[in-house]
Amino acid sequence: MTAPKTLYDKIWDAHVVDRSDDGTCLLYIDRHLVHEVTSPQAFEGLRMANRPVRAPGKTIAVPDHNVPTTADRVNGIENEESRIQVEALDKNAKDFGIVYYPVSDIRQGIVHIVGPEQGWTLPGMTVVCGDSHTATHGAFGALAHGIGTSEVEHVLATQTLIQTKSKNMKVEITGKLKPGVTAKDITLAVIGKTGTAGGTGHVIEYCGEAIRALSMEGRMTVCNMAIEGGARAGLIAPDETTFDYVKGRPHAPKGAAWEAAMAWWKTLYTDEGAHFDKVITLRGEDIEPVVTWGTSPEDVLPISAKVPAAEDFTGGKVGAAQRSLDYMGLTPGMKLTDIKIDAVFIGSCTNGRIEDLRAAAAVLKGRKIADGVRCMVVPGSGLVRAQAEEEGLAQIFIDAGAEWRMAGCSMCLAMNPDQLAPEERCASTSNRNFEGRQGYKGRTHLMSPAMAAAAAVTGHLTDVRELSAETV
Amino acid sequence: MDKFTTLTGIAAPMPLVNIDTDMIIPKLFLKTIQRSGLGKNLFDEMRYDRQGNEIPDFVLNKPQYRQAEIIVAGDNFGCGSSREHAPWALLDFGIRCVISTSFADIFYNNCFKNGILPVVLPPEAVNYLMDDAANGANARITVDLENQTVTASDGKSFGFDIDPFKKHCLMNGLDDIGLSLEKVSSIDAYEEKQKTQFPWL
Repeated sequence: MTAPKTLYDKIWDAHVVDRSDDGTCLLYIDRHLVHEVTSPQAFEGLRMANRPVRAPGKTIAVPDHNVPTTADRVNGIENEESRIQVEALDKNAKDFGIVYYPVSDIRQGIVHIVGPEQGWTLPGMTVVCGDSHTATHGAFGALAHGIGTSEVEHVLATQTLIQTKSKNMKVEITGKLKPGVTAKDITLAVIGKTGTAGGTGHVIEYCGEAIRALSMEGRMTVCNMAIEGGARAGLIAPDETTFDYVKGRPHAPKGAAWEAAMAWWKTLYTDEGAHFDKVITLRGEDIEPVVTWGTSPEDVLPISAKVPAAEDFTGGKVGAAQRSLDYMGLTPGMKLTDIKIDAVFIGSCTNGRIEDLRAAAAVLKGRKIADGVRCMVVPGSGLVRAQAEEEGLAQIFIDAGAEWRMAGCSMCLAMNPDQLAPEERCASTSNRNFEGRQGYKGRTHLMSPAMAAAAAVTGHLTDVRELSAETV
Repeated sequence: MDKFTTLTGIAAPMPLVNIDTDMIIPKLFLKTIQRSGLGKNLFDEMRYDRQGNEIPDFVLNKPQYRQAEIIVAGDNFGCGSSREHAPWALLDFGIRCVISTSFADIFYNNCFKNGILPVVLPPEAVNYLMDDAANGANARITVDLENQTVTASDGKSFGFDIDPFKKHCLMNGLDDIGLSLEKVSSIDAYEEKQKTQFPWL
């Protein structure tokens, strides 16, 4: 009898091409996603060494970070450096014969939204991309993680990566979530508990009743931020929810291939008694709608809490907390709900899918964005945008006074024209509240789409559950 | 890639925890399509004001640290984005070694692809070296990869662990892709097996 294995063990073992005596493995990569920012130097490296892309059909490219999200982008990208980078991707995709969704294609969008949407992401796969939020794809029970540009070149040339195995970590969310609590609150609450280095050296498997109850889109939100907890990857075992989502997508297997795939996919779970090096358990009932107050994703508090003081922390965090308070312009002891905002960003690979837009629209329906607040809604792909328009969500956003944009990474990282001005404060559904992340000296509070929409209505951080009927 | 064997150089202290890759190289410098030239923008938002003037208090702007080749940093250095622009910028500035209690995984791996040695040491050792680094250009720290030691300016030495394969590649300046392509028959064989085992891929 073989020893019980974790889900991670099973996917890893199925992809080992070569194992050295010291344990270093050559791991096969089933799917390689590429965007314009982290790939030009990799393609240039191939050209200089006269190497082809080994498996162009397993490589999918889409521009997302640099692209403007205004309708006039069809006329070209104004910023010269951004334009050059996107044009380089156009050329590299063509020269090396890889699958490509250009800006003009309705399927274009954020690479981590396009992959699952098109059925490129499947259970049991290894998926990599020169982007840390590749962790998103772990929601399918795929081993998915970010890599650097040298590794992008390595995968392009060899379809493999040199890897040493990470440790196994289990994050269990028991029970049921309370109304108004979402996948984003789960993933932020976990990081609040473990810290941003809590998962370093580990692959997390999320499990438990509250995770099982999530939709695929919610699961993607949870896994997306595994990296903010320091983990290389996040995983959720595939189940009927996963199979229902995958079935019928353009690049999902069909007919006999589907049956063969299902036979393997159904074995993708952690065996009873398998060993985890680290275990974290949260009760679903204990999770509140949360927001971040500082400049690290671990600076998480329930919306009912108050801004902490630097002295509330220990060790190196004391200095970091003081730096965060100064940067964020916050006074210890003030209620989080008293923090006024200037901007709202709804979108990103964390929360730019249709369910996220539905959640935001449900709050904004019949309401108005507060005076002086700029609210930007950016769908994660052209197809999400089309669906939101068909469902009437886009009209709700427009009627509320929000900007309804084209697909892209937008203000999540401000490499494009969508940026905060210095000291502007934003309620954001993205994944990082680092200094300068959304614009030079910009101030970011991370939260769920419903919470961001509630803040848009009141003009300050708000518990969405307490948004009064009068504001309708 | 340049080999890394031993290095004796000035170490700059950066005690802040969770120094993320957005701090190391802000996003507006990711628009380059080259690897070189990022050193002038290393830690850009901490190093320059909005007009592009140096902020004198920032460690790498101080005269004694302008030639630093080593950074001694707070916990969890390099967290955040996968951008290899972070090690590119460090290298272009002249940094060949970063010492901390912990590193984010992707950044840690990216360093090895660029001839930079990330050294993990226990908190007591990092604190000791941080204090040593605070002595400025008089404190020259020695990093010996072969013997896996870091030696402070007073001769106090600390041993560190490192993956043997990563050490071998760094000491010899080896190109990973070339090494992996030597195993191309194994990759071919895997792909053949996959056609039968996972025909939908």
